[in-house]
Amino acid sequence: MRKLALDDEILLNIEKPARYIGGEVNSVMKDKEKVDIRFAMCFPDVYEIGMSHLGIQILYDMFNRRGDTWCERVYSPWSDLDKVLREKNIPLFALESQDPVRDFDFLGITIQFEMCYTNILQILELSHIPLHASGRTAADPFVIGGGPCTYNPEPLAEFFDIFYIGEGETVYDELLDVYKSWKGSGKSRKEFLEMAAQIEGLYIPSFYDPVYNEDGTLKSFSPNNVHAPAAVKKQVVMDVTDASYPMKPVVPFIKATQDRVVLEIQRGCIRGCRFCQAGMIYRPTRERNVDKLKEYARAMLKNTGHEEISLSSLSSSDYSELKELVTFLIDEFKGKGINISLPSLRIDAFSLDVMSRVQDIRKSSLTFAPEAGSQRMRNVINKGLTEEDILDGAGQAFEGGWSKVKLYFMLGLPTETEEDMREIARLSDRVARRYYEIPKEQRNGKCQITASSSFFVPKPFTPFQWAPMCTAEEYMRRAEIVKEEFHAQLNRKSLKYNWHDAQVTVLEGVMARGDRKVGKVIEEAYRLGCLFDSWTESFRNELWIQAFENTGIDPSFYNLRERSEEELFPWDFIDTGVSRSFLRSEWERAVQETVTPNCRQQCSGCGAARFGGGICYEGKN
Amino acid sequence: MKARIKFRKYGALRFIGHLDVMRFFQKVMRRADIPIAFTGGYSPHMIMSFASPLGIGLSSDGEYFDIELSAPINSGEAVRRMNEACVEGIEVVSFRQIPEEKKMTGMTILAAADYLVQPKNNSGFLPEDWTARFEIFLAQSRIRIVKQTKRSEKEVDIRPMIYNWEIRGNAVFMQLAAGSAQNLKPDLVMEAFCRYLDPGPDGQKTDFNSEAFQYHRMEMYADAGTVTERKLITLESLGTEIAE
Repeated sequence: MRKLALDDEILLNIEKPARYIGGEVNSVMKDKEKVDIRFAMCFPDVYEIGMSHLGIQILYDMFNRRGDTWCERVYSPWSDLDKVLREKNIPLFALESQDPVRDFDFLGITIQFEMCYTNILQILELSHIPLHASGRTAADPFVIGGGPCTYNPEPLAEFFDIFYIGEGETVYDELLDVYKSWKGSGKSRKEFLEMAAQIEGLYIPSFYDPVYNEDGTLKSFSPNNVHAPAAVKKQVVMDVTDASYPMKPVVPFIKATQDRVVLEIQRGCIRGCRFCQAGMIYRPTRERNVDKLKEYARAMLKNTGHEEISLSSLSSSDYSELKELVTFLIDEFKGKGINISLPSLRIDAFSLDVMSRVQDIRKSSLTFAPEAGSQRMRNVINKGLTEEDILDGAGQAFEGGWSKVKLYFMLGLPTETEEDMREIARLSDRVARRYYEIPKEQRNGKCQITASSSFFVPKPFTPFQWAPMCTAEEYMRRAEIVKEEFHAQLNRKSLKYNWHDAQVTVLEGVMARGDRKVGKVIEEAYRLGCLFDSWTESFRNELWIQAFENTGIDPSFYNLRERSEEELFPWDFIDTGVSRSFLRSEWERAVQETVTPNCRQQCSGCGAARFGGGICYEGKN
Repeated sequence: MKARIKFRKYGALRFIGHLDVMRFFQKVMRRADIPIAFTGGYSPHMIMSFASPLGIGLSSDGEYFDIELSAPINSGEAVRRMNEACVEGIEVVSFRQIPEEKKMTGMTILAAADYLVQPKNNSGFLPEDWTARFEIFLAQSRIRIVKQTKRSEKEVDIRPMIYNWEIRGNAVFMQLAAGSAQNLKPDLVMEAFCRYLDPGPDGQKTDFNSEAFQYHRMEMYADAGTVTERKLITLESLGTEIAE
């Protein structure tokens, strides 16, 4: 029987002990004496969040297919266990073997959002691994980061030995093979990193030196090691259909945020919304073959026993075989008590028809993401959705029996005027008016329109990477304007407006476009007690402000400046395939309120065609 | 057609709560392709009812739940398939058909449960002769404890709910009332015993408490006797093997 790292006394006195025991269905056990490489894969948040992440399931499965490698999972211990581990000096352990993370060859950390950065330091510290890569010795694992935030890895540069830039399916095998040849060769840690630096897509932060101008901007960023390339190329899987996909994902005992089979139908997005980082970094759009997906659906439902299946992609409505796939899922599984959960689809006759078949119309709500209230603003962000689309879609839905609508908006977008803000409320009201156009006897009581806004954070590798942000006070002022406008609407009793907190937005901005200096703030904030910053109940803004003061770093330098066209960005050494000149022309078109056609309508020459496949070559065989 | 499933829970899975065990078995049913029946309605769910929730931290050799089958399935085959779909820490012991009457299922017929209670490794503070003292403790005609309910506290005599007991080496075996009419948890007995040995200042909880023991449920019973005389039979024995 597996021995647990925590004894009964500890497990009985913490919240949800099942987070820490491993042993779930489809978790992989191997004999540690019979493998060469032990890989601890970490999602730096609590178990239920981490277990919902598809990327880790893909890599976990891919690594464990190798006979010489055992990949295990690690999640952030919740504050109650954090305290116990520190008091009793128990090292953080991986779930499968329950062995200390420090005994592993690699600690891989997926970095999905900026507000998990302090959690990364917690993982390292609880594992008894030095926080700084420079302080690590032969006794420590190599710490490797991956995921979307590594498109600007600089704020975390000091804490990682390696960053993997791009999609995980391509060069990990090569890295593990290189590691095997290095292990036991007697060569140094640095020598291994030099070998890794020669693998495409791997970035070794210690091999690069930033030099700053007097005004704090970056002057140059160049390799200090002959093995390190000047530009690091993003990794892309060109054949997504035959790429590794987990047929037996791990099934948690406790309810995870996503407790279902997830089918990733495509990678990338043709839309080119200018605020969206995923839409740029996952170019080109690549579809998975529909027959393969059907096969996966059957196998994964059988192997997990899940009672729900959902589709994953950036924009499912653009998947060319969507109709066939959804019809198959309903016909095949609906009768077997399997729920089919559809991601937010574009509202049209087809999507309304399938939604009416898979959910209870009276209880469910429809979601639109206009992102901006005015057409002007939607043109700026290149959101190809017109007011007519929204009102027609909502109208069809209301006539089909729905009465609840959710609308998602962003505030603080570049060039935003007060008129743009107020249009959020007015558009919401026009949706409600459309509902009340239906004769009273045919409608289902009052409608419920819930509008939510979040504050926009400019991200690297988007056309908005040059854009300034606002102060927290300015964001709240804008939310107040929208709120006031909601109160002035005719159907205000059918409208509800929620907005997010602005303090987190400011921090996210600093992390998103920060440079290497920002690492000091993260470390100081962690020292002061910041942890689980993405959780409202544990977010402590005053400690972050203190951390900025203590380190002498000014958040406004990162957020409030409009960056010049020539400015060298900390992330410019990464080559995503999408050219900086394309992003710049998109920024200029944004200011001119000019829409750019999507990839299926017309190629805009972003540069991603270089990868030799996907949407760039669709219909051009 | 109704079936009763008996299973064991041990090891790390002692830390999986009752609701998660239910979710676990719903997924087992799908993985093992057991022909379980569903309720009607917009969101159908499996017809499944558990006899008695097992607290977190307890192990058991005698857990039960009943299901409705949509088609017959051979008992041995069902046990084999379910175990293939299980993980270390849960093992299906039997799968038997039970009579159709509604009052025969789940919690409604549960009358008693057996437990084995032993000190944990680190409970060194227990007096060496604790089992002898336990005998004297149970020889009392009344054992009063204060039971906390949602709204109030009330004093109850738990002695009548202890049907049977014996000392087994450094452990005690107890047969306790279980079910909807009367239910006694073994940790309550041990809490009362600890309090009996060391009342503590002003009735406050001392270090000496029920957490010092490991609890193991051994079996669950229905009462096939009369109003005056109890006749306990295991829930498992009320079912018959399915040949088909």
